Amino acid sequence: MATSSERSPPPFPESEDQEPDPDPADGDSDEGEDIFTGNSKPAEIKAERHQPPVDVTAKLQRDIPSSDPLGDLDGSGANKKPARDGRQADLFTEPRSDIFSEEAAARPARPGPASGSNANSSSKSNGIHSDEEQDIFAEATVELSLDSPHSERKETPKPVTSTESSVAVQPSAPKTALKTMAELEEEESEDKFELNISITNPEKVGDGMNAYMAYQVSTQTSLPMFRSKSFTVKRRFSDFLGLYEKLSEKHAQNGYIVPPPPEKSILGMTKVKVGKEDPSSAEFVERRRAALERYLQRVVAHPSLLQDPDVREFLERDELPRAVNTQALSGAGFLKMINRATDAVSKMTIKMNESDIWFEEKLQEVESEDQQLRKLHGVVESLVNHRKDLSINTAVFAKSVAMLGSSEDNTALSRALSQLAEVEDRMEQLHQEQASSDFFVFAELLADYIRLLGGVRGCFDQRMKTWQRWQDAQVTLQKKRENEARLLWANKPDKLQQAKEEIAEWENKVTQYEADFERISTTVRKEVLRFEKEKARDFKNQIMKYLESLLHSQQQLIKYWEAFLPEAKAIA
Amino acid sequence: MDDGPDFLSEEDRGPRAVNVDLQTDATLQVDISDALSERDKVKFTVHTKSTLPSFKQNEFSVVRQHEEFIWLHDSFVENDDYAGYIIPPAPPRPDFDASREKLQKLGEGEGSMTKEEFTKMKQELEAEYLAIFKKTVAMHEVFLCRVAAHPVLRKDLNFHVFLEYNQDLSVRGKNKKEKLEDFFKNVVKSADGVLVAGVKDVDDFFEHEKTFLLEYHNRVKDASAKSDKMIRSHKSNCTSSRILSCSLTRFFLKVSELFEKTRKIEARVAADEDLKLADLLKYYLRESQAAKDLLYRRGRALVDYENANKALDKARAKNKDVLQAETSQQLCCQKFEKISESAKQELIDFKTRRVAAFRKNLVELAELELKHAKGNLQLLQSCLGVLKGDT
Repeated sequence: MATSSERSPPPFPESEDQEPDPDPADGDSDEGEDIFTGNSKPAEIKAERHQPPVDVTAKLQRDIPSSDPLGDLDGSGANKKPARDGRQADLFTEPRSDIFSEEAAARPARPGPASGSNANSSSKSNGIHSDEEQDIFAEATVELSLDSPHSERKETPKPVTSTESSVAVQPSAPKTALKTMAELEEEESEDKFELNISITNPEKVGDGMNAYMAYQVSTQTSLPMFRSKSFTVKRRFSDFLGLYEKLSEKHAQNGYIVPPPPEKSILGMTKVKVGKEDPSSAEFVERRRAALERYLQRVVAHPSLLQDPDVREFLERDELPRAVNTQALSGAGFLKMINRATDAVSKMTIKMNESDIWFEEKLQEVESEDQQLRKLHGVVESLVNHRKDLSINTAVFAKSVAMLGSSEDNTALSRALSQLAEVEDRMEQLHQEQASSDFFVFAELLADYIRLLGGVRGCFDQRMKTWQRWQDAQVTLQKKRENEARLLWANKPDKLQQAKEEIAEWENKVTQYEADFERISTTVRKEVLRFEKEKARDFKNQIMKYLESLLHSQQQLIKYWEAFLPEAKAIA
Repeated sequence: MDDGPDFLSEEDRGPRAVNVDLQTDATLQVDISDALSERDKVKFTVHTKSTLPSFKQNEFSVVRQHEEFIWLHDSFVENDDYAGYIIPPAPPRPDFDASREKLQKLGEGEGSMTKEEFTKMKQELEAEYLAIFKKTVAMHEVFLCRVAAHPVLRKDLNFHVFLEYNQDLSVRGKNKKEKLEDFFKNVVKSADGVLVAGVKDVDDFFEHEKTFLLEYHNRVKDASAKSDKMIRSHKSNCTSSRILSCSLTRFFLKVSELFEKTRKIEARVAADEDLKLADLLKYYLRESQAAKDLLYRRGRALVDYENANKALDKARAKNKDVLQAETSQQLCCQKFEKISESAKQELIDFKTRRVAAFRKNLVELAELELKHAKGNLQLLQSCLGVLKGDT
């Protein structure tokens, strides 16, 4: 990223024109920065709802000749880029212009107001943290659709310093004249992963009961919001749990589905700590490593979570403060348990008047799917065990066939029998491999999704809580109104004033909570849809991988038996 | 007698289609034309076609039970005249207990599973029962055919009675005393030791084989049963869960169909392996036991002969009962030589038979494994192709 910092955006004639312009823009560096982030932010964010921002950029870019203020904006933005320290890599490369032209053309086709309102609501929803950039961006969208770029400039709230977003849109987007929704989606999917995470090299650190496994988390990315293109840090399991805690605290209440981390396993870890070098502990470590990798990949796949500074910190920072409140027996742990208990109780008592049938249906589907997945998971596990048994027995059998062959005096038969022993030996290995593939590809997939479904249910619960809060506020408002009426009747002017104030306050609260509820409903809806898409894709990929491994085993089997057949025929 | 192809009849381990490769003459052909499974016994219909004059008719059938086969076998074993021959091993007892138990358990658990699952499992168990049934019939048939093919044994009177006498032979199972006698005889046998090491080793390892193979095939069958369960829950997963988008449902349906088919193939693999490998080894275990017995008998005869020699020398020395000692010595000598003569031939034949049977079965095993693996492969490939095309 740093390397591109000095690059001026040559292909844009407009930007050259605007060379002198940057100064005033530079002057209000704050704003410019925001605008700039406003421009760039959209492209980086991959979720569907952030498409408008990309369009914004497009419009900005292309409409330069047509509308001056926008041109100004763009110019300043464009020139801002090189001035800043290597934030933008690809923003203003030539092909970009094509994209933008297309986007600009398609801009009107976009459901502008809808996205605008979405953006709006999301802007309100996001708290103080980095998600605010989206707000800027969302507002920018709204403003532009209303065709008032200036207000956009003024509207940008305080600068968001935490993220230096970069447009990561690939210049390889389709170059058709009219950009349709489908194409936009395609582009969005091409936006995918500029971020590769891998977890490797589990090492045991320390000794005895205080030992732990340190995993190397390596990230490769072209996203400018990170300090470098590739970096590695060491993390331990409790760090991952800590990350989850932080993320769920912040986001779960807004209805986001925060991916849950792999489970703690006291038995597994104790074995590792004690230092037993048997295959089961190696398998446990491998299983955990793979699960952690998948967990992180899911977290960064979620566009809003990726923006969270905690995530970035997790990936980048060398030393993380020890997350002590993830320990099972800590004070925080107990607190969590109590909270969970109260939640469970309240869940049973809240009966929501569902205005939108969609949610009820979805919840039911989630429940039934959860059941099915659990059943399937159980069956797959037993399949794995049986295959393992099969491979053990095959090994034993192979040995005894070998012995049989050696005691056979007919040489041809003896040779054939020892060949058979070899074949069976190889089959044993094959079965072993197949079993582990069964497990790692299939069973783990199912286990992951069972946990994720728990997360989905959690966000439904959050929505219910929000609804409850709203209802409670309404009830309180009603009471206050009644109170006011009573005071009016009793004619106590001083208390009346107070009552009126309270009513106003509660009216505000009611509207706010109602808006919250609407917002969380939309968020939940979006999240569930996104989750479903991701799940469909995940399942397809994994199952295909699994089938391919089955295929491979069969091919190997064929090879072995084909090699054996002539030997068997040669028995005289 | 050369290593004729006559004795290659043992290769027929398959179900009823016993292509017994007996000697070309049709003087005596035996087969089991029918079998009936009752509560705790199986009734075999033994059908004979013969041109031998000793039989009253040319073609006739009788109904026999397992105990009668055992009686016949034992009568051969106890007959000293046949000491020099490998007595065809007795067929194993028909054992439907395991299968029956499973069927019972299934009946009890009927309420806990869906109708579909229940009928499927019932079909499977019934097929299993049928397979065991067929196998036991085949074993009995092979025994009879071997006897019929043996140039000396086929002339045995008991055998003819067995084939012809259409009343109940009223053979009773051995009572306790006789069983105990048998046991002691066996102990003495093993104490006496055996001569030819090769046969002994082979026998031991056949023993090994049998045990492990049994486990192995149980496992394979289990694995296929489990994958069946998996498909079933896959199917129910996609039919009852509407949360999956349309394409994903189709996807799952296809995958579950695939698993269904591969499971069937795997079940067949298990059955084939069972047939070709396990049964082969089991049978040769019994045959090698019979060969061992032959060698034992020869060993005994040798010992008797030597003892008789010693007794003769003693008698000559004391000049008492010399004639008696001489006659007994003569007898022992004759016996021993007779046994040795035929034993050698029998053992050579046994080896030939064994090698040929192994060859046939191993080749068939390999071919079947290949066939099934290719079938599996094709299924997987086509399924993957369809799925990839879908996405």
